[in-house]
Amino acid sequence: MTTTTSERTTSSPTAAGSAAATAPRRAIPWGKIAAWAVMVIFLLITLFPFYWMLRTALSSNNALATQPGSFLPVGLNTGGFERVFGLQDVETAISQGGSGASINFWRYLLNSVIVATTITVVQTFSCAMAAYAFSRLRWRGRDTVFLIFLGSLMIPQIFTLLPNFILIKNLGLVDTLVGIMLPTLFISSFAIFFLRQFFNNISREVEEAALIDGASKSRVFFTLILPMSSAPLATLALLTYMTAWNEYFWSLMVSYTDQSRVLTVALGVFRAQSPGTGPDWSGLMAATLVAAAPMLLLFALFAKKIVNSIGFTGIK
Amino acid sequence: MSTATTSTRSVPTRRRRKDDTKLALLFIAPASLGLLVFLVWPLLTGIYYSFTEYTTLTPPQWVGLDNYVRLFEDPVFWTSLRVTILYVVINIGVQTVVALLIAVLMQRLTQSTILRSLVLAPYLVSNVVAAIVFLWILDTQLGIFNVALGWIGFDPISFWADETWVIPTVALVNVWRHMGYTALLLFAGLQSIPSHLYEAARTEGAGEMRMFRSITLPLLRPILALVLIMTIIGSFQVFDTVAVTTRGGPADASKVLQMYIYDNAFAQYQFGYASALSVALLVILMVITFAQYWMTRAGQSDLD
Repeated sequence: MTTTTSERTTSSPTAAGSAAATAPRRAIPWGKIAAWAVMVIFLLITLFPFYWMLRTALSSNNALATQPGSFLPVGLNTGGFERVFGLQDVETAISQGGSGASINFWRYLLNSVIVATTITVVQTFSCAMAAYAFSRLRWRGRDTVFLIFLGSLMIPQIFTLLPNFILIKNLGLVDTLVGIMLPTLFISSFAIFFLRQFFNNISREVEEAALIDGASKSRVFFTLILPMSSAPLATLALLTYMTAWNEYFWSLMVSYTDQSRVLTVALGVFRAQSPGTGPDWSGLMAATLVAAAPMLLLFALFAKKIVNSIGFTGIK
Repeated sequence: MSTATTSTRSVPTRRRRKDDTKLALLFIAPASLGLLVFLVWPLLTGIYYSFTEYTTLTPPQWVGLDNYVRLFEDPVFWTSLRVTILYVVINIGVQTVVALLIAVLMQRLTQSTILRSLVLAPYLVSNVVAAIVFLWILDTQLGIFNVALGWIGFDPISFWADETWVIPTVALVNVWRHMGYTALLLFAGLQSIPSHLYEAARTEGAGEMRMFRSITLPLLRPILALVLIMTIIGSFQVFDTVAVTTRGGPADASKVLQMYIYDNAFAQYQFGYASALSVALLVILMVITFAQYWMTRAGQSDLD
């Protein structure tokens, strides 16, 4: 790893001496301080809502109304979480501002994991192969076919939702996890476009050297291009996983029962069940936190690896 | 071009201009299947439905251009178009500037992986989660933001129920969720700029602003253009946040196009008219994308 914060050498280049070196060497770096200040403000804006979720989830819903401005939990209790996991009896839940309805969290978690994992693995691989074909293989009609893929980026989601729903219904896959996965299982035009940009940037000399040594193009793809692109592939896989995990609208249409209900849909149900006047904010925030937690945990485990790997793009 | 018939099959050739059609077809097969079945076919049937009256209960009835005539005379359509464009302008304008700033700050200030991970945090939660959290934070009576406004002497603002505030509110909530993701994409692009360029510029006494203008922006252009195309298309399709919070209100002030389409299809079962509205949205997105793609030459890189 290289660190960019190396000490400045004391001898400044003589040519630039007249212009740049007039400032004293130990001057306070105002520019850097200002830049850090901006960064800190962005971080506060970014992270505050997460803290507020936690603070509200740990508060008693009835106490929230009297002390809305307290930065610590008010009437500290775990009632919100208990309502999410269905651990409270109906009477207690209603007296604490909930609806009394419970949700089967573990089932929804399992459904979300199956859907997001399958989509990520299959889609990333399928799109990497396609991107390679568009980037490095020579075949007639390549540019035309790529334009068709590119054009499909412009199809608004709402355009495909109902025709796809009818298709899934005709296939008998409504209310199944396969039905939820199928439309995005093999294709993300964004992924193909994104990977193609990276494949285009990989030096051709490396590839041609392997080809002259007698390797086939498919071998070059699996043993050379894929490993060299591990950084963008990892980034893309992570983004695909998040997209699949956070998808709401399509899952809502396809799933009717617990058998195929994923976390986002369950959250929507929980929100809809919350009383309209004086919503159960404590329970709602506990639910949003629970729905987001696995993603945050997964990211905490893999973020360092992925963020670090982004630096190695094979350009340098 | 290539002369295909010259060599016999058995002779192993290492010609550079070898045709890869077979392998290419194999490689694009899975993606093409997904494209044809779940994107192109629904697109075609969707266009067909736009010329029909279709309640999904009975087979579609051909009505010609009726839906499009209705569209041009429908004041709610024009309202929703205006609302959507306002949303996109605020959302993309703020988001691009903020994301670029974060990406450049990360590149120039620190290699900290923790910082970069934290910046991406909002993208980990769904639109639904973000919407519900800000529904709470911006609540008129109990929301912490309005409580804080009270501390510094301002009256509370009904962010979700005021016709002027609702679209900027939705736009900024979605900036919060997407700015880290956009910054990450731009950051990946920044990584492709050779660091020796900055070293050379610094040796010659260039300041940060000068390096940003002369090195970062020009070399980032292809990635920036790509990111802009993606985010603008995504922005036009805003739905989740509105659906969870206001459902288009108050008085159609946040009735974005997709919300209006959804209402027509799933609340009123006018799927034919909803399809015509979708065609209008599709045309808008096509025009914007092609204009942008050619204007910014997104496919080319200055590094080649």
